[in-house]
Amino acid sequence: MEQLDIKIKGLSFKNPVLTASGTFGYGEEFTDFIDLNHLGGFIVKGTTLNPREGNPYPRMAETASGMLNAVGLQNKGVDYFIEKIYPRIKDYNTNIFVNVSGSTIDEYIKVADKLNNLEKIAGIEVNISCPNVKEGGMVFGTHCPSARNVIREVRKVYDKIMIVKLSPNVTDITEFAKAAEDEGADAISLINTLLGMAVDSETRKPKLSTITGGLSGPAIKPIALRMVWQCHKVVKIPIIGIGGIMNASDAIEFFLAGATAIQIGTANFINPKVTIEIIDGLKKYLIRHKFYSIYDIIGKLEC
Amino acid sequence: MRKEIRDFKVFNKQLINDNFILLSLQSNDKIPEILPGQFAEILIETKNVFLRRPFSVHDVDYDNNLLIFLVQIIGTGTQYISNLNIGDNLNLIFPLGNSFSVSDKYKDVLIIAGGCGIAPMLLLSKFLFKNNIKPKIILGARSKQHLLRTDAFETYADLFYTTEDGSYGEKGYVINHSLLWKDIKFDFIYSCGPESMLKAVAKYAAKRNINCEVSLENLMACGIGACLCCVTKTIEGHKCVCTDGPVFNTSQLEWNN
Repeated sequence: MEQLDIKIKGLSFKNPVLTASGTFGYGEEFTDFIDLNHLGGFIVKGTTLNPREGNPYPRMAETASGMLNAVGLQNKGVDYFIEKIYPRIKDYNTNIFVNVSGSTIDEYIKVADKLNNLEKIAGIEVNISCPNVKEGGMVFGTHCPSARNVIREVRKVYDKIMIVKLSPNVTDITEFAKAAEDEGADAISLINTLLGMAVDSETRKPKLSTITGGLSGPAIKPIALRMVWQCHKVVKIPIIGIGGIMNASDAIEFFLAGATAIQIGTANFINPKVTIEIIDGLKKYLIRHKFYSIYDIIGKLEC
Repeated sequence: MRKEIRDFKVFNKQLINDNFILLSLQSNDKIPEILPGQFAEILIETKNVFLRRPFSVHDVDYDNNLLIFLVQIIGTGTQYISNLNIGDNLNLIFPLGNSFSVSDKYKDVLIIAGGCGIAPMLLLSKFLFKNNIKPKIILGARSKQHLLRTDAFETYADLFYTTEDGSYGEKGYVINHSLLWKDIKFDFIYSCGPESMLKAVAKYAAKRNINCEVSLENLMACGIGACLCCVTKTIEGHKCVCTDGPVFNTSQLEWNN
């Protein structure tokens, strides 16, 4: 029997397929299409200390093999999540993570601290890489000493699994991967979106209200793969690969490059059943290549 | 109402003027009840199109398992749809979004539609008709040949027309039609079309204290409330056009930008 189960710091995942924050709502948006209990896990929308309205419309532009978004962390705040949303989703038999964001270190600490007591939340993903907010977010994720500070302080208050989501908008992502590992991250996830922009040639205006936004989709997959591979060579903690995964074959590429798990993001918008199809595809791949476990292919790129 | 992802086959495709097609899609299975104003996200499998495209349901033929769309050919995605052949597959996510409010409380109802905004109004007219309400419709277009599907409406509604060049009906925009400036008080106005037109309709309704619902067509990625890209500003903050809409009461919208 082929085995898709993995472990991250002692926590079991029934398979290595998770969903990326901001592309899967709170999971509930997808229950008409898939059984959430079949996922390895899902990561809920970026959550901040206070409610955020996000950026003005338009927030999205389609691009070649991808899209730009500038949502800007619209969410109702951590207290609303704990009171209203958590009770509705907590009993799914899968690992639920909350993506944590903030404008100041203090906000990250407060949100993490509030989430620490939620029994059915498996862990947090510290988002130091959102390109769509004016303060915080990517500012922490693109300046190594700041990244260290946030990770260190959140680690002090958060006891369960702490994933750190890295920004690709840096010269050397391995510095940030190492910093996360040094400061106590249990895993790193990469990549968040790449900063980009789109212009309407007819109106001579930017297509996004914020001018710049985060690029996602297959367009960024080669960059994501390269960064996963680079980080795999320098850190021991598990890597969760993200970036333009549309099908099982894309996912396999990330495992070969060194990812222990993957997140599906933008693909959820086009095919809300894609996660389940990828899980099936991974099983078939293992059978076809006579592998026993997904661990047989992690980092096994033949160079 | 449960959303689903389903394959359809092109059953019929009819070019109705230089840039509109009437597209009938057939399913092997029964079509669930579709409410007026609801839409589908259609998968476009061609180069240079990445995301699905949202289209209002124009009509439903439950006996033959048909979903019918009125599609304006404006870009690569709609060009792809117009090039499909009978029997080709199309993948849909549907039914999506909320719907127009239909209540027998409102007897004198008016529909105002501009251009492609006529798309969701046939299903709405049929719903109203079923509830013993015969709406008045003001249809606006650039010229006579751009007035669409007028025959389909005749049983269910009383039609009035405006064209920008005066080639049919009254000359001007829908909001200039004399029906709006006569001594008739409507109970309810439904509208769909360009945003500038909707804003004018909303202003007209607000001045006269008439309930008014409009269907919006913001750019969307997912269509199911996950990405938060298609938001519109309301008095309760940003709302998703795909799940909280596409139909909004104009008293809820903050259109003072």
